[in-house]
Amino acid sequence: MDAASDQTVIQTEDARSFKEEKESPLYADRIQIYPKAVKGLFRRIKWVVLIVLLGLYYIVPWIRWDRGPTAPDQAVLVDMPGRRLYFFFIEIWPQEIYYLTFILMAAAFGLFLATSIGGRVWCGFTCPQTVWTDLFMWVERKIQGDRSARIRLDKQPWTSEKIWKKTATHIAWLLIAAATGGAWIMYFSDAPTVTYEIVTGQAGLSVYFFFGLFTFTTYLLAGWAREQVCTYMCPWPRIQAALLDQDSYVVTYEKWRGEPRGPHKKGTSWEGRGDCVACNQCVAVCPMGIDIRDGLQLECIGCGLCVDACNDVMGKVGRPLNLITLDTERNQYNRMAGKPTESRLIRPRTILYVAILAVIGIGVLVGLTGRAGLDLNVLPDRNPLFVKLADGSIRNGYTVKVLNRVREDKTYTLTLEGLDGAKLSVLGLDEGDGSKAALDAKPDQVSTYRLFVTVPKGTVDDPVEDLRVVLTDQAEGDVYAFDTIFRGPK
Amino acid sequence: MPTKVEKDEITGQNTTGHEWDGIKELNTPLPKWWLYTFYVCIIYSVIWWILYPSWPYVTGYFGGVLGSNQRVELDERLATAKAAQAQYFDRIQAASADEIIADPELLSFAVAGGQAAFADNCAPCHALGGAGQGPYPTLADDDWIWGGTLDDIHQTINYGIRSTHEETRFNEMPAFGRDEILTREDVDAVANYVVGLSGGDHDAALAENGAVIYQEQCAACHGEQGEGMQELGAPNLSDQIWLYGGSEEAIAQQIYAPQQGVMPAWTGRLDEETIKILTVYVHTLGGGQ
Repeated sequence: MDAASDQTVIQTEDARSFKEEKESPLYADRIQIYPKAVKGLFRRIKWVVLIVLLGLYYIVPWIRWDRGPTAPDQAVLVDMPGRRLYFFFIEIWPQEIYYLTFILMAAAFGLFLATSIGGRVWCGFTCPQTVWTDLFMWVERKIQGDRSARIRLDKQPWTSEKIWKKTATHIAWLLIAAATGGAWIMYFSDAPTVTYEIVTGQAGLSVYFFFGLFTFTTYLLAGWAREQVCTYMCPWPRIQAALLDQDSYVVTYEKWRGEPRGPHKKGTSWEGRGDCVACNQCVAVCPMGIDIRDGLQLECIGCGLCVDACNDVMGKVGRPLNLITLDTERNQYNRMAGKPTESRLIRPRTILYVAILAVIGIGVLVGLTGRAGLDLNVLPDRNPLFVKLADGSIRNGYTVKVLNRVREDKTYTLTLEGLDGAKLSVLGLDEGDGSKAALDAKPDQVSTYRLFVTVPKGTVDDPVEDLRVVLTDQAEGDVYAFDTIFRGPK
Repeated sequence: MPTKVEKDEITGQNTTGHEWDGIKELNTPLPKWWLYTFYVCIIYSVIWWILYPSWPYVTGYFGGVLGSNQRVELDERLATAKAAQAQYFDRIQAASADEIIADPELLSFAVAGGQAAFADNCAPCHALGGAGQGPYPTLADDDWIWGGTLDDIHQTINYGIRSTHEETRFNEMPAFGRDEILTREDVDAVANYVVGLSGGDHDAALAENGAVIYQEQCAACHGEQGEGMQELGAPNLSDQIWLYGGSEEAIAQQIYAPQQGVMPAWTGRLDEETIKILTVYVHTLGGGQ
């Protein structure tokens, strides 16, 4: 075939799925993958997603959010020493970490939903492993050239050209990795301060440790490990099979019209043969090193780059596009039989996931917005359960914890409800007439008080009586109550 | 074990060649780098053996070249914690119990420390939280035999009650029945009167008789109205709290042949500061005066 005289001749790659390379060892050598550059719809989507996600990752720590003079002004911050988690207007205390559980649950069900609709879109487009690997491959391609150039470079001896190209690649990778590790630190520490400290060498040992750790892991995972992470380390590829059904859109090779495959000479008939021209472009561009024509498989991250590669070729040979396509199993059978296709995005599985997501989302939202500025806890003493006083009255002791989320001093009036004749006193405070006490709540802290409740002899009939402790904000009149118990003799 | 690699018809994959009772396994090779990671872990563990305590000898053990010892580390950490507490203990040493109670920072330190010291030293008799049990008085109520002010509590803890210390608090109630000071009938009569002092059910006729005997024999210590006398450690007989029981029988028994509890002196056994924070802690249990 004379390539020079025919512009539409399709270059054939000798790329093969890495799975075909192995014989039967118990421990397999790593087969280096040299993904080829590709243009097309999915590649464009991947670039956009990459820019947006990396942009978010690097910029978010620098967003400021005013919370007053006593609180950090970083919008998103995990404040370990201060035991607080800040997310814009939300401020979470350690004992409210269950919100994180719900958010993680929402993330999991979001992932299930996305997978049941679009296959491994998470893996192919948004997973940090994919995004950073993509970025590292782009750097590699810019410095060392495309697939064939890189293969040639790796095979050739260590010439000065090879040395500078390899060195430049690794330096660029390390710089990106350092930026990644540095940005990670900023989610745990004030971004401008920690950047200044890192640069001037004043940061703490733990900062440099995590900075180094995340730099190293980024360099290792995106530069060296790449597809090995997805194939051998990540559990997600194993879980995905349970989440896909015949209505999930996955990257599919239309075997029914592609086979029998073989090289095609321009101008010859397409009768009696498949559309696949066996150019192996789909294998050459695959970042996972597999052949999608073997069918849906564990290693496929669903990035769709083979779709772009194949469509480019199909356009050139004048055959219908989407020989490799994003399609459902059901539609594939329909197409094969010449029936109309249908898209079943709404089905029991997706409805269930959306419903669960909605419940979690609404729950978290209601919980976070309805959260009061104060949390009241009243813990009855266990030792002793109650005390008989000299005049025969019965007294119970309580530990009252007033958690003031607001960053200002508060004073609350403590009163009791539900227990006839009960008198209260708070250790260290003026007793007054025993009907109320004024508790100060320091800003952004838990204030602890000892409360004694006494009832006259003979007024408590049951061993356990209900008691309600009420706090009233003296300035704003807000009322908070905590239901507890009062114990008496049997 | 026979090893015969076969091609599995369904998957087209090779088997490992191993066979167990007809069960064959598909060969899914582990990447070599992962195998090497495993070797690195083995090397790492060998290094760990050399650096840290590892192998037992017949007597003793190999201590590791770093000389690390968790017992020593614990001691060091305890010493660090002690050093951090030292500033508080210095202030507590300098302050009186009243001054400790007036200072919120010292008070919270004293209560926390006192709670731990109480659990170690006092709770076996007085129970956690000063709840009291059997013949050991409740420390959380407002009834004090020897007084409930900070000074009183401090003295009681320091020198004990009927202890072997020469400055101990001491009294002795006569065994009116056993030593034949009163007849059995008189003891019953006084018991009925004493029950009546706190409004309990009693025989009015006996109590009338008992009142006369009470004023002769008991009022000197327990007071004319049974209000007690803390200077002498004579309990209040007109309140609702009875260390040895408030029934007529129990009171009669206590008059006939009284039980008399002993509390050890803690001075010399605990240091000054610990006794001081125990004083503060007991005072805050709810009955401090």
